[in-house]
Amino acid sequence: MNMELSRRAFLRTSGAGLAGSTLGAFGFGEAEAAVAAYVKPFHLANTVEARNTCTYCSVACGIIIFSKGDLRKGEKADIVHIEGDADHPTNRGTLCPKGAALKDIVKSETRLTQPMVRKPGSDKFEPIAWDAALDKIARAMKDDRDANFIAKNKDGVTVNRWLTTGFLAASATTNETAFATYKVVRSTGMLGFDNQARV
Amino acid sequence: MTNSWTDIRNTDLVIIMGGNAAEAHPCGFKWVTEAKANRGAKLIVVDPRFNRSASVADYYAPIRQGSDIAFLLGLINWCIQHDKVQWAYTKAFTNASFVVKEGFAYQDGLFTGYDEEKRDYNRDSWEYEIGPDGYAVVDETLQHPRCVWNLLKQHVAVYTPEMVERICGTPKEKFLHIAEMIGECSSPTKTMTSMYALGWTQHSKGSQNIRGMAMLQLILGNIGVRGGGMNALRGHSNIQGLTDIGLLSNMLPGYLNLPIEKEADFATYISTRGFKPLRPNQMSYWQNYKKFFVSFMKSMYGDAATAQNDWAYDYLPKLDVPNYDILRMFERMKKGEVNLYFCQGFNPLQAFPNRAKLAEGLSKLKMLVIMDPLQTETARFWENHGVFNNANTASIKTEVIQLPTTCFAEDEGSLVNSGRWLQWHWPGGSPPGEARTDAWIMAQIHLRLKEMYRKEGGAFPDPIVNLNWSYKNPEDPSPEELAKEMNGSALVDVFDPNDPTKKILEAGKQLSGFGLYRDDGTTAGGCWIYAGSWTEAGNMMARRDNSDPDDTGAYLKWSFAWPANRRIIYNRASADLDGKPWDPSRKLIEWDGTKWTGYDVPDIAPNAKPGDVGPFIMNPEGTGRLFVRKMMRDGPFPVHYEPFESPVANVIAPKVRGNPVARVFADDWKQFADIGDPNFPYAGTSYRLTEHFHYWTKNNHVNSVLQPQQFVEISEELAREKGIVKGGWVRVWSKRGEIFAIAVVTKRIKPLTVDGKTVHVVGVPIHWGFVGAARKGFPANVLTPFVGDANIETPEFKAFMVNIEPSTGPVA
Repeated sequence: MNMELSRRAFLRTSGAGLAGSTLGAFGFGEAEAAVAAYVKPFHLANTVEARNTCTYCSVACGIIIFSKGDLRKGEKADIVHIEGDADHPTNRGTLCPKGAALKDIVKSETRLTQPMVRKPGSDKFEPIAWDAALDKIARAMKDDRDANFIAKNKDGVTVNRWLTTGFLAASATTNETAFATYKVVRSTGMLGFDNQARV
Repeated sequence: MTNSWTDIRNTDLVIIMGGNAAEAHPCGFKWVTEAKANRGAKLIVVDPRFNRSASVADYYAPIRQGSDIAFLLGLINWCIQHDKVQWAYTKAFTNASFVVKEGFAYQDGLFTGYDEEKRDYNRDSWEYEIGPDGYAVVDETLQHPRCVWNLLKQHVAVYTPEMVERICGTPKEKFLHIAEMIGECSSPTKTMTSMYALGWTQHSKGSQNIRGMAMLQLILGNIGVRGGGMNALRGHSNIQGLTDIGLLSNMLPGYLNLPIEKEADFATYISTRGFKPLRPNQMSYWQNYKKFFVSFMKSMYGDAATAQNDWAYDYLPKLDVPNYDILRMFERMKKGEVNLYFCQGFNPLQAFPNRAKLAEGLSKLKMLVIMDPLQTETARFWENHGVFNNANTASIKTEVIQLPTTCFAEDEGSLVNSGRWLQWHWPGGSPPGEARTDAWIMAQIHLRLKEMYRKEGGAFPDPIVNLNWSYKNPEDPSPEELAKEMNGSALVDVFDPNDPTKKILEAGKQLSGFGLYRDDGTTAGGCWIYAGSWTEAGNMMARRDNSDPDDTGAYLKWSFAWPANRRIIYNRASADLDGKPWDPSRKLIEWDGTKWTGYDVPDIAPNAKPGDVGPFIMNPEGTGRLFVRKMMRDGPFPVHYEPFESPVANVIAPKVRGNPVARVFADDWKQFADIGDPNFPYAGTSYRLTEHFHYWTKNNHVNSVLQPQQFVEISEELAREKGIVKGGWVRVWSKRGEIFAIAVVTKRIKPLTVDGKTVHVVGVPIHWGFVGAARKGFPANVLTPFVGDANIETPEFKAFMVNIEPSTGPVA
């Protein structure tokens, strides 16, 4: 039996489309459902799985990332498919219209791939090497901190604060990244330090 | 969340107010569906729009945005008037019986101690009366005129069903229907859960919105029980974690506070953090504050933090204002007082109010550093996109450095969900191009700064050069090392003071819980509430056993929940005064005569006798608080305050504009529409769509196809009045800016009658900008006012005033 055709026919007769159906909400529109029938055995046999968590809201649905190439063996890994993790107690394998399209955010055309600089007054970004970018940033921080650091307030109390530089931290990074960020930022005396939770 | 996503299945009644879970948290909302299907639970939705959650609700009522407190205090008033109170719970587990000091009063929208000029209170009278025994005075009969219960009763009396209708625009019979449904949950065997999100937080009185519901849940006996609780549906995947770890202007990790400059030395700082119990026998767990603080400082500064230098207290910056929050920083930027700004995975040009002001601020920076996996509007604020971003590129002298970072699929570590579960994840793909992890970038910046300070000296190098950075590869600290550091470890062997032969801690070993944290410098731990997440038994966050004995929804062996792997906090309150479950069919923990046992980790000392120790162990009272003392800036009880921009004056306090203690910068006052301003007659609100996540998914082709273009949503009545056609272009403008969008004319929004006046609602989804795969559009923050919540400065995105007219669309 032609699996693709029968699946398509089934979906069509049941009136399921990407926008309106339960299946649609889980990311399986007509075409997807057909492809899924092929992909299932293919991706289990030919790809490496990684357990991960959806990057969007705090429901934190479990996901499985399927890749060609194994990071654990030091190989390059190319993500070919992402789906809900059926073992996960919260989402039990389901995903919303955002979660179902996760692979396309990982592979978005607007992902950044190299450090860039926009010079004062310029109308474009230009490439810059990592080292040069980081040197520039650290130098700018040190110069600004040295020039504007407030060691004591007007009453002579030690306050050791730095107000002319600020840092907005992400809210989809890991706890571990957050702690590394906390240590580095707080150690400078910066107070204009916040994260998305402020919104 | 006090509870968890999977616990929602245990409820009898869900109220979604201040959120739209079916739209914004679809896979979590499925637990509402489970509760409805399997328990016969009911769903109430209260919202200005008949939204996606409302479409599957058992009962829906409209409400004007910004009037939630009147509704909530109206419910409390109704419950008191109709004896729908779980009395045993309220008397024993809340501070209803506590007597408030003489001199405390409330009148015309203000509490005692208001200073109009400072827009602040002297809060000294907002406290309990303390008896000769040093404890708070209580009157268990609730007869004392100044006991919290009687003050509350008096305070909410004005919020009658008629008053609720007048302020909120909610028809009285709808309000009463909801009150009756909710009142049933005062039974010890019925429970309600509150699911809320930014619809409550994004107001100038957002914190008090949430308090209003928390108070209602307390008098119904719904806190600490299965299927109950206050459940904040948090936004981004790790916004809970970043809050826990204290990446906020005024915080240290684990909800400790950064010192203020009045706390000139450590002795002064710690002297106000004794948390002496306010009633006999109470645990007052914050008495351990010093242990958490010292262990944090040891984690930050290692050997450089000693008893002699007060654990490097001077290394911490001291605040002169409550917060250098984002609004304050953009105000400072606009005044030319900020030179450098970092945005790590954050797009403030879209995410904060009054976009024109934000762009002006960014233009005055010397350098803007972007760390992001994706292109953002903030990184390109200098780029001209016609009406969508009319920047004068050549005149903007800000240097922008944009660094490519990895995303979730390429890194390893833990994220904290709304239910406080720390879930570990593993990378699946290689980063694109030269993208690097944020941790590597932060390490690079730190190592460079450290090197420069060592070589050149400079302003107070000590906290930088002495920062504990003892990672195997200092260039790239590993997630495992950082996670272990937050959990905490013993720095030296520690022996029992009563038995020096008994070793209680072994040097270098991971701590199994925060109970082992010490205040003498012998333990280090970056974030005390995460203690137990990576112990000698390994990475608890990576646990994947999804067994759930007796289907309680606890999943104790799945990942790790802070604190102490506890899934429902305050769970001691799920049992009565004798330690027996209020509802035997929903047992959580119980007292077996010698100890607490059950399905969850008890939120009380395992051997604390039921009659002795109250369930709210973090509070010195041992109880939940109906009266919050002086802990919030805008009052010990919530009060209905109008939004800063409002169609009507405050009915209960006509002289009070907005929240009377919310901070407003001088220039921003001028950019608020007057109350009832005929130039801005319509009540605007902002919200999300299920197909999009903030400003990220417009970078995703699939989501951009599903929702390609910006729209605004208005009622059929308003459309008729203004000659706006379905699908036609409209211009919407506030005192701060204008947007063009397609009109969605809908029955989902109806005009409301507020204080006798017709009020039309204009809904503005937030997701568009000038970057990405979707069509260019205008973010909602073009319109919104630059003012935040009085306690935590979350912007008032949900209630503002606009005008609208048919248009021919934007001219690019």
